Amino acid sequence: MAGITIPAIYFPEIIISKIESSLQSLGYMDLLSYQDTALHKIDPRAKFITSLFFILTVVSFGKYEISMLMPFVFYPVFLLTAGNIPAGYILKKILYVSPFAFMIGVFNPFFDQNVILHLGNTGISGGWISFISIMLRFALTVSTALALIACTGFNNICFALNRLGAPKIFAVQLLFLYRYIFVLAEEAARMVRARNLRSFNGKGKGIKTYGPLLGNLLLRTINRAERIHLAMICRGFDGNIRIMNKYKFGLRELFFVSGWISLFLIFRFINISQLAGILVTGLFI
Amino acid sequence: MSHHIVQAENLAYTYPDGNKALKNISFLITHGESVAFVGANGAGKSTLLMHLNGHLLPGKGFLRIGDFPLTRETVQNIRRSVGMVFQESDDQLFMPTVYDDVAFGPLNMGLPADIVDGKVKSTLETVGALHLINRPSHRLSGGEKRSVAIATVLSMSPDILVMDEPTSNLDPKARRRLIELLKSFKHTKIIATHDLDMALDLCERTIIIREGEVAADGRSIDILNNKSLLSESNLEKPLRFQGCPVCGA
Repeated sequence: MAGITIPAIYFPEIIISKIESSLQSLGYMDLLSYQDTALHKIDPRAKFITSLFFILTVVSFGKYEISMLMPFVFYPVFLLTAGNIPAGYILKKILYVSPFAFMIGVFNPFFDQNVILHLGNTGISGGWISFISIMLRFALTVSTALALIACTGFNNICFALNRLGAPKIFAVQLLFLYRYIFVLAEEAARMVRARNLRSFNGKGKGIKTYGPLLGNLLLRTINRAERIHLAMICRGFDGNIRIMNKYKFGLRELFFVSGWISLFLIFRFINISQLAGILVTGLFI
Repeated sequence: MSHHIVQAENLAYTYPDGNKALKNISFLITHGESVAFVGANGAGKSTLLMHLNGHLLPGKGFLRIGDFPLTRETVQNIRRSVGMVFQESDDQLFMPTVYDDVAFGPLNMGLPADIVDGKVKSTLETVGALHLINRPSHRLSGGEKRSVAIATVLSMSPDILVMDEPTSNLDPKARRRLIELLKSFKHTKIIATHDLDMALDLCERTIIIREGEVAADGRSIDILNNKSLLSESNLEKPLRFQGCPVCGA
Protein backbone atom coordinates (compact mmCIF):
# COMPACT_ATOMS: atom_id res chain seq x y z
CA MET A 1 0.00 0.00 0.00
CA ALA A 2 1.37 3.37 -0.89
CA GLY A 3 2.59 5.70 1.77
CA ILE A 4 2.81 3.17 4.56
CA THR A 5 5.73 3.64 6.89
CA ILE A 6 7.24 0.69 8.66
CA PRO A 7 8.19 1.70 12.18
CA ALA A 8 11.32 0.37 13.83
CA ILE A 9 10.42 -2.70 15.80
CA TYR A 10 10.22 -2.24 19.54
CA PHE A 11 8.53 -4.58 21.95
CA PRO A 12 8.94 -3.62 25.62
CA GLU A 13 8.11 -7.13 26.79
CA ILE A 14 8.55 -6.47 30.47
CA ILE A 15 5.72 -4.00 30.57
CA ILE A 16 3.20 -5.61 28.30
CA SER A 17 2.07 -9.20 28.52
CA LYS A 18 3.34 -11.95 26.25
CA ILE A 19 0.06 -12.16 24.35
CA GLU A 20 0.19 -8.49 23.51
CA SER A 21 3.79 -8.59 22.36
CA SER A 22 3.19 -11.59 20.08
CA LEU A 23 0.15 -9.80 18.74
CA GLN A 24 2.27 -6.76 17.95
CA SER A 25 4.84 -8.96 16.28
CA LEU A 26 2.13 -10.55 14.14
CA GLY A 27 0.78 -7.09 13.40
CA TYR A 28 4.24 -6.04 12.26
CA MET A 29 4.38 -8.96 9.83
CA ASP A 30 0.97 -7.86 8.60
CA LEU A 31 2.21 -4.30 8.17
CA LEU A 32 5.17 -5.48 6.10
CA SER A 33 2.78 -7.09 3.64
CA TYR A 34 1.08 -3.76 2.83
CA GLN A 35 4.15 -2.30 1.19
CA ASP A 36 4.14 -1.46 -2.46
CA THR A 37 7.28 -3.02 -3.94
CA ALA A 38 7.34 -4.78 -7.31
CA LEU A 39 7.51 -8.09 -5.42
CA HIS A 40 4.36 -7.27 -3.45
CA LYS A 41 2.49 -6.64 -6.68
CA ILE A 42 3.17 -10.07 -8.16
CA ASP A 43 0.18 -12.43 -8.11
CA PRO A 44 0.27 -14.37 -4.80
CA ARG A 45 -0.21 -17.60 -6.73
CA ALA A 46 3.14 -17.11 -8.50
CA LYS A 47 4.97 -16.51 -5.23
CA PHE A 48 3.22 -19.41 -3.55
CA ILE A 49 4.00 -21.92 -6.33
CA THR A 50 7.63 -20.79 -6.50
CA SER A 51 8.13 -20.96 -2.75
CA LEU A 52 6.47 -24.37 -2.55
CA PHE A 53 8.74 -25.66 -5.30
CA PHE A 54 11.71 -24.15 -3.47
CA ILE A 55 10.82 -25.92 -0.22
CA LEU A 56 10.24 -29.25 -1.96
CA THR A 57 13.58 -28.99 -3.77
CA VAL A 58 15.45 -28.09 -0.59
CA VAL A 59 14.06 -31.05 1.34
CA SER A 60 14.65 -33.46 -1.55
CA PHE A 61 18.43 -33.61 -1.02
CA GLY A 62 20.18 -36.54 0.66
CA LYS A 63 20.86 -36.30 4.38
CA TYR A 64 24.58 -35.51 4.08
CA GLU A 65 24.15 -32.68 1.58
CA ILE A 66 25.49 -29.27 2.50
CA SER A 67 27.36 -27.77 -0.41
CA MET A 68 24.50 -28.09 -2.88
CA LEU A 69 22.13 -26.38 -0.42
CA MET A 70 24.26 -23.26 -0.30
CA PRO A 71 23.11 -21.60 -3.57
CA PHE A 72 19.50 -21.86 -2.40
CA VAL A 73 20.14 -19.03 0.08
CA PHE A 74 19.73 -16.83 -2.96
CA TYR A 75 15.92 -17.10 -3.02
CA PRO A 76 15.05 -16.05 0.58
CA VAL A 77 17.65 -13.30 0.33
CA PHE A 78 15.96 -12.12 -2.86
CA LEU A 79 12.53 -12.12 -1.19
CA LEU A 80 13.85 -10.13 1.75
CA THR A 81 15.65 -7.51 -0.32
CA ALA A 82 13.10 -7.14 -3.12
CA GLY A 83 10.25 -7.11 -0.59
CA ASN A 84 11.97 -4.55 1.67
CA ILE A 85 11.70 -6.84 4.67
CA PRO A 86 14.10 -6.31 7.59
CA ALA A 87 16.34 -9.40 7.66
CA GLY A 88 16.96 -8.99 11.40
CA TYR A 89 13.28 -9.44 12.15
CA ILE A 90 13.07 -12.66 10.13
CA LEU A 91 16.33 -13.97 11.64
CA LYS A 92 14.94 -13.40 15.11
CA LYS A 93 11.81 -15.36 14.20
CA ILE A 94 13.95 -18.22 12.87
CA LEU A 95 15.91 -18.26 16.13
CA TYR A 96 12.66 -18.52 18.11
CA VAL A 97 11.60 -21.70 16.33
CA SER A 98 15.10 -23.16 15.88
CA PRO A 99 14.95 -25.33 19.05
CA PHE A 100 12.52 -27.64 17.20
CA ALA A 101 14.97 -28.34 14.39
CA PHE A 102 17.83 -28.44 16.87
CA MET A 103 16.14 -31.20 18.88
CA ILE A 104 15.53 -33.23 15.73
CA GLY A 105 19.16 -33.15 14.66
CA VAL A 106 21.09 -32.87 17.91
CA PHE A 107 21.45 -36.62 18.51
CA ASN A 108 22.77 -37.36 15.01
CA PRO A 109 26.44 -36.75 16.02
CA PHE A 110 26.08 -39.43 18.74
CA PHE A 111 24.43 -42.09 16.63
CA ASP A 112 26.30 -41.59 13.37
CA GLN A 113 30.01 -41.42 14.17
CA ASN A 114 31.36 -42.60 10.78
CA VAL A 115 33.96 -40.11 9.66
CA ILE A 116 33.04 -39.10 6.15
CA LEU A 117 34.92 -35.82 5.74
CA HIS A 118 38.43 -34.66 6.60
CA LEU A 119 39.20 -31.00 7.16
CA GLY A 120 42.98 -30.99 7.46
CA ASN A 121 43.69 -33.52 10.19
CA THR A 122 40.26 -33.36 11.78
CA GLY A 123 37.73 -36.00 10.84
CA ILE A 124 34.11 -34.91 10.74
CA SER A 125 31.48 -37.58 11.37
CA GLY A 126 28.38 -38.11 9.25
CA GLY A 127 26.29 -37.18 12.29
CA TRP A 128 27.66 -33.67 12.37
CA ILE A 129 27.22 -33.27 8.62
CA SER A 130 23.60 -34.39 8.74
CA PHE A 131 22.97 -32.15 11.75
CA ILE A 132 24.31 -29.12 9.89
CA SER A 133 22.30 -30.16 6.83
CA ILE A 134 19.10 -30.29 8.92
CA MET A 135 19.72 -26.85 10.42
CA LEU A 136 20.50 -25.40 7.01
CA ARG A 137 17.36 -26.82 5.46
CA PHE A 138 15.34 -25.57 8.40
CA ALA A 139 16.75 -22.04 8.05
CA LEU A 140 16.15 -22.01 4.28
CA THR A 141 12.58 -23.26 4.37
CA VAL A 142 11.43 -21.26 7.40
CA SER A 143 12.96 -18.01 6.18
CA THR A 144 11.29 -18.52 2.80
CA ALA A 145 7.91 -19.22 4.37
CA LEU A 146 8.19 -16.15 6.61
CA ALA A 147 9.43 -13.93 3.79
CA LEU A 148 6.57 -15.19 1.59
CA ILE A 149 3.99 -14.18 4.19
CA ALA A 150 5.71 -10.82 4.79
CA CYS A 151 5.78 -9.94 1.09
CA THR A 152 2.36 -11.36 0.18
CA GLY A 153 0.06 -11.10 3.20
CA PHE A 154 -1.60 -14.04 4.86
CA ASN A 155 -5.02 -13.38 3.38
CA ASN A 156 -3.59 -13.21 -0.14
CA ILE A 157 -1.95 -16.57 0.42
CA CYS A 158 -5.36 -17.93 1.44
CA PHE A 159 -6.87 -16.57 -1.79
CA ALA A 160 -3.99 -18.10 -3.73
CA LEU A 161 -4.62 -21.46 -2.07
CA ASN A 162 -8.29 -21.18 -2.97
CA ARG A 163 -7.59 -20.30 -6.59
CA LEU A 164 -5.04 -23.09 -6.88
CA GLY A 165 -7.75 -25.58 -5.99
CA ALA A 166 -7.22 -26.11 -2.25
CA PRO A 167 -10.48 -27.14 -0.55
CA LYS A 168 -12.61 -24.05 -0.06
CA ILE A 169 -13.34 -24.80 3.57
CA PHE A 170 -9.63 -24.88 4.27
CA ALA A 171 -8.95 -21.49 2.69
CA VAL A 172 -11.99 -19.91 4.36
CA GLN A 173 -11.01 -21.30 7.76
CA LEU A 174 -7.55 -19.80 7.42
CA LEU A 175 -9.02 -16.51 6.29
CA PHE A 176 -11.28 -16.28 9.34
CA LEU A 177 -8.53 -17.46 11.63
CA TYR A 178 -6.38 -14.60 10.46
CA ARG A 179 -9.16 -12.02 10.56
CA TYR A 180 -10.17 -12.85 14.12
CA ILE A 181 -6.86 -13.80 15.68
CA PHE A 182 -6.33 -10.11 16.41
CA VAL A 183 -9.76 -9.70 17.96
CA LEU A 184 -9.43 -12.91 19.98
CA ALA A 185 -5.91 -12.15 21.18
CA GLU A 186 -6.93 -8.65 22.21
CA GLU A 187 -9.83 -10.11 24.15
CA ALA A 188 -7.54 -12.64 25.83
CA ALA A 189 -5.01 -9.92 26.62
CA ARG A 190 -7.72 -7.79 28.24
CA MET A 191 -8.84 -10.72 30.39
CA VAL A 192 -5.27 -11.49 31.45
CA ARG A 193 -4.72 -7.83 32.28
CA ALA A 194 -7.90 -7.74 34.37
CA ARG A 195 -6.74 -10.86 36.23
CA ASN A 196 -3.24 -9.50 36.81
CA LEU A 197 -4.60 -6.27 38.23
CA ARG A 198 -6.46 -8.22 40.90
CA SER A 199 -3.73 -10.78 41.70
CA PHE A 200 -1.33 -10.06 44.51
CA ASN A 201 1.71 -11.86 45.90
CA GLY A 202 1.45 -14.53 43.25
CA LYS A 203 -2.07 -15.43 44.41
CA GLY A 204 -4.62 -15.74 41.64
CA LYS A 205 -2.07 -16.14 38.88
CA GLY A 206 -1.70 -19.90 39.05
CA ILE A 207 -2.98 -22.60 36.77
CA LYS A 208 -6.27 -22.61 38.72
CA THR A 209 -7.48 -19.39 37.16
CA TYR A 210 -6.51 -20.51 33.67
CA GLY A 211 -9.42 -22.94 33.42
CA PRO A 212 -12.18 -20.41 33.99
CA LEU A 213 -10.27 -17.87 31.91
CA LEU A 214 -10.06 -20.17 28.91
CA GLY A 215 -13.64 -21.36 29.38
CA ASN A 216 -14.82 -17.79 29.44
CA LEU A 217 -12.83 -16.98 26.32
CA LEU A 218 -14.36 -19.98 24.54
CA LEU A 219 -17.90 -18.89 25.45
CA ARG A 220 -17.21 -15.35 24.27
CA THR A 221 -15.79 -16.75 21.05
CA ILE A 222 -18.89 -18.86 20.44
CA ASN A 223 -21.10 -15.80 21.03
CA ARG A 224 -19.01 -13.79 18.63
CA ALA A 225 -19.11 -16.56 16.04
CA GLU A 226 -22.91 -16.51 16.25
CA ARG A 227 -23.00 -12.76 15.73
CA ILE A 228 -20.60 -12.95 12.79
CA HIS A 229 -22.63 -15.72 11.20
CA LEU A 230 -25.73 -13.58 11.59
CA ALA A 231 -23.93 -10.63 9.97
CA MET A 232 -22.95 -12.92 7.12
CA ILE A 233 -26.40 -14.32 6.43
CA CYS A 234 -27.80 -10.78 6.59
CA ARG A 235 -25.63 -10.04 3.58
CA GLY A 236 -26.65 -13.07 1.58
CA PHE A 237 -24.08 -15.66 2.69
CA ASP A 238 -25.02 -19.08 1.32
CA GLY A 239 -21.98 -21.13 2.23
CA ASN A 240 -19.81 -19.73 -0.55
CA ILE A 241 -17.33 -16.95 0.03
CA ARG A 242 -17.03 -14.96 -3.16
CA ILE A 243 -13.97 -12.81 -3.49
CA MET A 244 -13.12 -10.41 -6.28
CA ASN A 245 -9.87 -11.28 -7.98
CA LYS A 246 -7.53 -8.32 -7.77
CA TYR A 247 -4.53 -10.04 -9.31
CA LYS A 248 -3.82 -11.33 -12.78
CA PHE A 249 -1.48 -14.16 -13.59
CA GLY A 250 0.28 -12.48 -16.50
CA LEU A 251 3.58 -12.60 -18.34
CA ARG A 252 5.45 -11.16 -15.35
CA GLU A 253 4.19 -13.98 -13.13
CA LEU A 254 5.05 -16.56 -15.78
CA PHE A 255 8.63 -15.25 -15.91
CA PHE A 256 8.87 -15.18 -12.14
CA VAL A 257 7.74 -18.78 -11.73
CA SER A 258 9.59 -20.28 -14.68
CA GLY A 259 12.80 -18.31 -14.00
CA TRP A 260 13.03 -19.33 -10.38
CA ILE A 261 11.99 -22.92 -10.96
CA SER A 262 14.63 -23.41 -13.66
CA LEU A 263 17.21 -21.88 -11.33
CA PHE A 264 16.16 -24.27 -8.55
CA LEU A 265 16.46 -27.20 -10.97
CA ILE A 266 19.98 -26.08 -11.90
CA PHE A 267 20.88 -25.77 -8.20
CA ARG A 268 19.35 -29.21 -7.57
CA PHE A 269 21.29 -31.10 -10.21
CA ILE A 270 24.53 -29.12 -10.63
CA ASN A 271 26.80 -28.55 -7.67
CA ILE A 272 27.33 -24.81 -8.05
CA SER A 273 29.35 -24.52 -4.80
CA GLN A 274 31.77 -27.17 -6.05
CA LEU A 275 32.06 -25.52 -9.47
CA ALA A 276 32.72 -22.18 -7.81
CA GLY A 277 35.32 -23.86 -5.61
CA ILE A 278 37.07 -25.41 -8.59
CA LEU A 279 36.97 -22.09 -10.40
CA VAL A 280 38.46 -20.21 -7.46
CA THR A 281 41.14 -22.81 -6.69
CA GLY A 282 41.89 -23.10 -10.43
CA LEU A 283 42.45 -19.36 -10.59
CA PHE A 284 44.78 -19.24 -7.61
CA ILE A 285 46.62 -22.50 -7.76
CA MET B 1 -44.67 3.26 -2.13
CA SER B 2 -45.80 0.39 0.01
CA HIS B 3 -42.56 -1.51 -0.37
CA HIS B 4 -40.58 0.37 2.25
CA ILE B 5 -42.99 -0.01 5.13
CA VAL B 6 -42.46 -1.96 8.32
CA GLN B 7 -45.56 -3.08 10.12
CA ALA B 8 -45.85 -5.09 13.33
CA GLU B 9 -49.14 -6.32 14.73
CA ASN B 10 -49.38 -7.88 18.18
CA LEU B 11 -45.88 -9.21 17.74
CA ALA B 12 -44.79 -11.54 20.54
CA TYR B 13 -41.75 -13.68 21.04
CA THR B 14 -40.74 -16.04 23.84
CA TYR B 15 -37.22 -17.45 23.97
CA PRO B 16 -36.85 -21.22 24.41
CA ASP B 17 -35.80 -20.61 28.03
CA GLY B 18 -39.20 -19.05 28.74
CA ASN B 19 -38.09 -15.42 28.69
CA LYS B 20 -40.97 -13.40 27.24
CA ALA B 21 -38.90 -10.81 25.40
CA LEU B 22 -41.70 -9.36 23.29
CA LYS B 23 -45.27 -9.42 24.52
CA ASN B 24 -47.40 -7.25 22.36
CA ILE B 25 -45.75 -4.94 19.89
CA SER B 26 -47.64 -3.02 17.21
CA PHE B 27 -46.41 -0.17 15.04
CA LEU B 28 -46.42 1.02 11.46
CA ILE B 29 -43.36 2.70 9.99
CA THR B 30 -43.90 4.21 6.56
CA HIS B 31 -41.56 5.01 3.70
CA GLY B 32 -38.70 7.38 4.50
CA GLU B 33 -39.46 7.66 8.22
CA SER B 34 -36.71 7.73 10.82
CA VAL B 35 -37.72 5.99 14.00
CA ALA B 36 -35.78 5.55 17.22
CA PHE B 37 -36.46 2.52 19.39
CA VAL B 38 -35.46 3.37 22.94
CA GLY B 39 -35.80 1.46 26.15
CA ALA B 40 -33.91 0.20 29.17
CA ASN B 41 -31.51 -2.74 28.99
CA GLY B 42 -33.47 -5.93 28.52
CA ALA B 43 -36.61 -4.12 27.35
CA GLY B 44 -36.71 -6.15 24.14
CA LYS B 45 -35.05 -3.84 21.62
CA SER B 46 -32.48 -6.36 20.47
CA THR B 47 -35.08 -9.10 20.12
CA LEU B 48 -37.17 -6.76 18.01
CA LEU B 49 -34.19 -5.96 15.76
CA MET B 50 -33.54 -9.69 15.37
CA HIS B 51 -37.03 -9.94 13.89
CA LEU B 52 -36.44 -7.12 11.44
CA ASN B 53 -33.72 -9.08 9.66
CA GLY B 54 -35.50 -12.38 9.94
CA HIS B 55 -33.10 -13.95 12.39
CA LEU B 56 -36.05 -14.61 14.66
CA LEU B 57 -39.52 -15.36 13.36
CA PRO B 58 -42.58 -14.01 15.19
CA GLY B 59 -43.86 -16.34 17.87
CA LYS B 60 -47.28 -14.73 17.72
CA GLY B 61 -48.65 -11.85 15.71
CA PHE B 62 -47.47 -10.57 12.41
CA LEU B 63 -44.57 -8.61 10.95
CA ARG B 64 -44.58 -7.20 7.45
CA ILE B 65 -41.50 -5.72 5.84
CA GLY B 66 -42.04 -4.12 2.46
CA ASP B 67 -44.35 -6.35 0.45
CA PHE B 68 -43.57 -9.49 2.40
CA PRO B 69 -44.92 -10.87 5.64
CA LEU B 70 -42.00 -12.31 7.59
CA THR B 71 -42.03 -16.09 7.19
CA ARG B 72 -39.42 -18.74 6.63
CA GLU B 73 -40.04 -18.54 2.88
CA THR B 74 -39.75 -14.79 2.51
CA VAL B 75 -36.75 -14.27 4.72
CA GLN B 76 -34.25 -14.09 1.82
CA ASN B 77 -36.24 -11.32 0.13
CA ILE B 78 -36.51 -9.42 3.40
CA ARG B 79 -32.78 -9.58 3.99
CA ARG B 80 -32.22 -8.01 0.60
CA SER B 81 -34.33 -5.01 1.47
CA VAL B 82 -33.19 -4.56 5.07
CA GLY B 83 -29.64 -3.41 5.73
CA MET B 84 -28.62 -4.27 9.27
CA VAL B 85 -25.74 -2.45 10.97
CA PHE B 86 -24.57 -4.29 14.06
CA GLN B 87 -23.51 -2.74 17.31
CA GLU B 88 -20.02 -4.16 17.18
CA SER B 89 -18.31 -3.37 13.90
CA ASP B 90 -15.83 -6.20 14.35
CA ASP B 91 -18.72 -8.62 13.95
CA GLN B 92 -19.82 -6.95 10.77
CA LEU B 93 -16.42 -6.62 9.13
CA PHE B 94 -15.41 -10.25 8.75
CA MET B 95 -13.50 -10.08 5.48
CA PRO B 96 -9.77 -9.37 5.36
CA THR B 97 -9.92 -6.01 3.62
CA VAL B 98 -12.40 -3.15 3.42
CA TYR B 99 -12.87 -3.78 -0.31
CA ASP B 100 -13.75 -7.45 0.18
CA ASP B 101 -16.12 -6.57 2.98
CA VAL B 102 -18.07 -3.99 1.00
CA ALA B 103 -18.10 -6.30 -2.04
CA PHE B 104 -19.35 -9.29 -0.02
CA GLY B 105 -23.09 -8.49 -0.18
CA PRO B 106 -23.26 -7.42 -3.85
CA LEU B 107 -21.24 -10.49 -4.92
CA ASN B 108 -23.65 -12.73 -3.03
CA MET B 109 -26.52 -11.03 -4.83
CA GLY B 110 -24.94 -12.26 -8.04
CA LEU B 111 -23.98 -8.90 -9.51
CA PRO B 112 -21.26 -8.89 -12.20
CA ALA B 113 -17.71 -7.97 -11.17
CA ASP B 114 -17.53 -4.52 -12.82
CA ILE B 115 -20.81 -3.38 -11.25
CA VAL B 116 -19.67 -4.66 -7.86
CA ASP B 117 -16.42 -2.72 -8.24
CA GLY B 118 -18.33 0.48 -9.02
CA LYS B 119 -20.71 -0.07 -6.11
CA VAL B 120 -17.86 -0.63 -3.67
CA LYS B 121 -16.19 2.62 -4.69
CA SER B 122 -19.35 4.71 -4.75
CA THR B 123 -20.60 3.52 -1.35
CA LEU B 124 -17.22 4.02 0.25
CA GLU B 125 -17.23 7.52 -1.18
CA THR B 126 -20.70 8.15 0.27
CA VAL B 127 -19.52 7.28 3.78
CA GLY B 128 -16.25 9.18 3.26
CA ALA B 129 -14.06 6.10 3.48
CA LEU B 130 -12.77 5.69 -0.07
CA HIS B 131 -9.20 6.17 1.13
CA LEU B 132 -9.55 3.04 3.31
CA ILE B 133 -10.46 0.79 0.39
CA ASN B 134 -7.42 -1.49 0.51
CA ARG B 135 -6.89 -1.39 4.25
CA PRO B 136 -7.38 -4.53 6.32
CA SER B 137 -10.49 -4.28 8.50
CA HIS B 138 -8.66 -4.95 11.74
CA ARG B 139 -6.43 -1.92 11.28
CA LEU B 140 -9.20 0.70 11.29
CA SER B 141 -10.13 3.04 14.12
CA GLY B 142 -13.54 2.72 15.79
CA GLY B 143 -15.04 5.54 13.72
CA GLU B 144 -13.60 4.19 10.48
CA LYS B 145 -14.92 0.72 11.28
CA ARG B 146 -18.41 2.12 11.83
CA SER B 147 -18.36 4.02 8.52
CA VAL B 148 -17.19 0.93 6.65
CA ALA B 149 -19.78 -1.24 8.43
CA ILE B 150 -22.46 1.12 7.12
CA ALA B 151 -20.93 0.95 3.64
CA THR B 152 -21.11 -2.86 3.70
CA VAL B 153 -24.91 -2.70 3.91
CA LEU B 154 -25.34 0.39 1.72
CA SER B 155 -23.59 -1.42 -1.13
CA MET B 156 -26.55 -3.81 -1.23
CA SER B 157 -28.88 -0.84 -1.89
CA PRO B 158 -31.29 -1.64 0.95
CA ASP B 159 -34.65 0.14 1.27
CA ILE B 160 -34.61 0.06 5.05
CA LEU B 161 -31.62 0.66 7.32
CA VAL B 162 -31.72 -0.95 10.74
CA MET B 163 -29.04 0.09 13.19
CA ASP B 164 -28.17 -1.13 16.64
CA GLU B 165 -26.49 1.57 18.75
CA PRO B 166 -24.74 3.26 15.82
CA THR B 167 -23.05 5.87 18.01
CA SER B 168 -21.70 3.59 20.73
CA ASN B 169 -17.95 3.74 21.41
CA LEU B 170 -17.39 6.68 19.09
CA ASP B 171 -15.54 9.84 20.05
CA PRO B 172 -17.68 13.00 19.96
CA LYS B 173 -16.42 14.13 16.56
CA ALA B 174 -16.84 10.72 14.95
CA ARG B 175 -20.31 10.58 16.51
CA ARG B 176 -21.23 13.94 15.02
CA ARG B 177 -19.89 12.91 11.60
CA LEU B 178 -21.94 9.73 11.74
CA ILE B 179 -25.09 11.65 12.65
CA GLU B 180 -24.57 14.00 9.71
CA LEU B 181 -23.97 11.02 7.42
CA LEU B 182 -27.12 9.24 8.56
CA LYS B 183 -29.09 12.47 8.18
CA SER B 184 -28.14 12.57 4.51
CA PHE B 185 -29.67 9.13 3.81
CA LYS B 186 -33.16 8.99 2.40
CA HIS B 187 -33.80 5.41 3.51
CA THR B 188 -36.35 4.34 6.05
CA LYS B 189 -34.26 4.27 9.21
CA ILE B 190 -34.86 2.25 12.35
CA ILE B 191 -32.37 2.96 15.10
CA ALA B 192 -32.19 1.20 18.46
CA THR B 193 -30.23 3.38 20.85
CA HIS B 194 -29.54 4.74 24.31
CA ASP B 195 -28.11 7.93 22.79
CA LEU B 196 -31.26 10.03 23.14
CA ASP B 197 -29.59 13.18 21.85
CA MET B 198 -28.82 11.37 18.63
CA ALA B 199 -32.40 10.10 18.52
CA LEU B 200 -33.52 13.72 18.78
CA ASP B 201 -31.18 14.76 15.97
CA LEU B 202 -32.01 11.96 13.57
CA CYS B 203 -35.48 10.66 14.25
CA GLU B 204 -38.70 12.60 14.09
CA ARG B 205 -40.44 9.67 15.78
CA THR B 206 -39.59 7.67 18.89
CA ILE B 207 -41.04 4.41 20.15
CA ILE B 208 -40.35 3.46 23.76
CA ILE B 209 -40.20 -0.25 24.45
CA ARG B 210 -40.82 -1.29 28.04
CA GLU B 211 -40.88 -4.93 29.15
CA GLY B 212 -41.64 -6.19 25.68
CA GLU B 213 -44.43 -3.76 24.96
CA VAL B 214 -44.77 -0.39 23.30
CA ALA B 215 -44.93 2.15 26.14
CA ALA B 216 -45.13 5.21 23.92
CA ASP B 217 -45.09 6.05 20.24
CA GLY B 218 -45.02 9.61 18.98
CA ARG B 219 -42.99 12.63 18.02
CA SER B 220 -39.48 12.47 19.47
CA ILE B 221 -39.65 16.02 20.69
CA ASP B 222 -42.72 15.24 22.80
CA ILE B 223 -41.70 11.82 24.07
CA LEU B 224 -38.11 12.70 24.94
CA ASN B 225 -39.32 15.73 26.88
CA ASN B 226 -41.80 13.76 28.99
CA LYS B 227 -39.95 13.29 32.25
CA SER B 228 -42.40 10.96 33.98
CA LEU B 229 -42.79 8.72 30.93
CA LEU B 230 -39.02 8.46 30.52
CA SER B 231 -38.47 7.82 34.20
CA GLU B 232 -41.04 4.99 34.21
CA SER B 233 -39.06 3.39 31.39
CA ASN B 234 -35.70 3.73 33.19
CA LEU B 235 -34.66 6.52 30.84
CA GLU B 236 -33.67 10.15 31.25
CA LYS B 237 -34.25 13.24 29.20
CA PRO B 238 -31.67 13.89 26.49
CA LEU B 239 -28.81 16.04 27.82
CA ARG B 240 -29.90 19.09 25.87
CA PHE B 241 -33.29 18.98 27.59
CA GLN B 242 -31.64 18.87 31.00
CA GLY B 243 -30.71 22.01 32.89
CA CYS B 244 -27.38 23.78 32.72
CA PRO B 245 -24.98 22.03 35.16
CA VAL B 246 -23.69 25.39 36.44
CA CYS B 247 -26.75 27.58 36.82
CA GLY B 248 -29.42 24.87 36.67
CA ALA B 249 -31.49 26.88 34.21
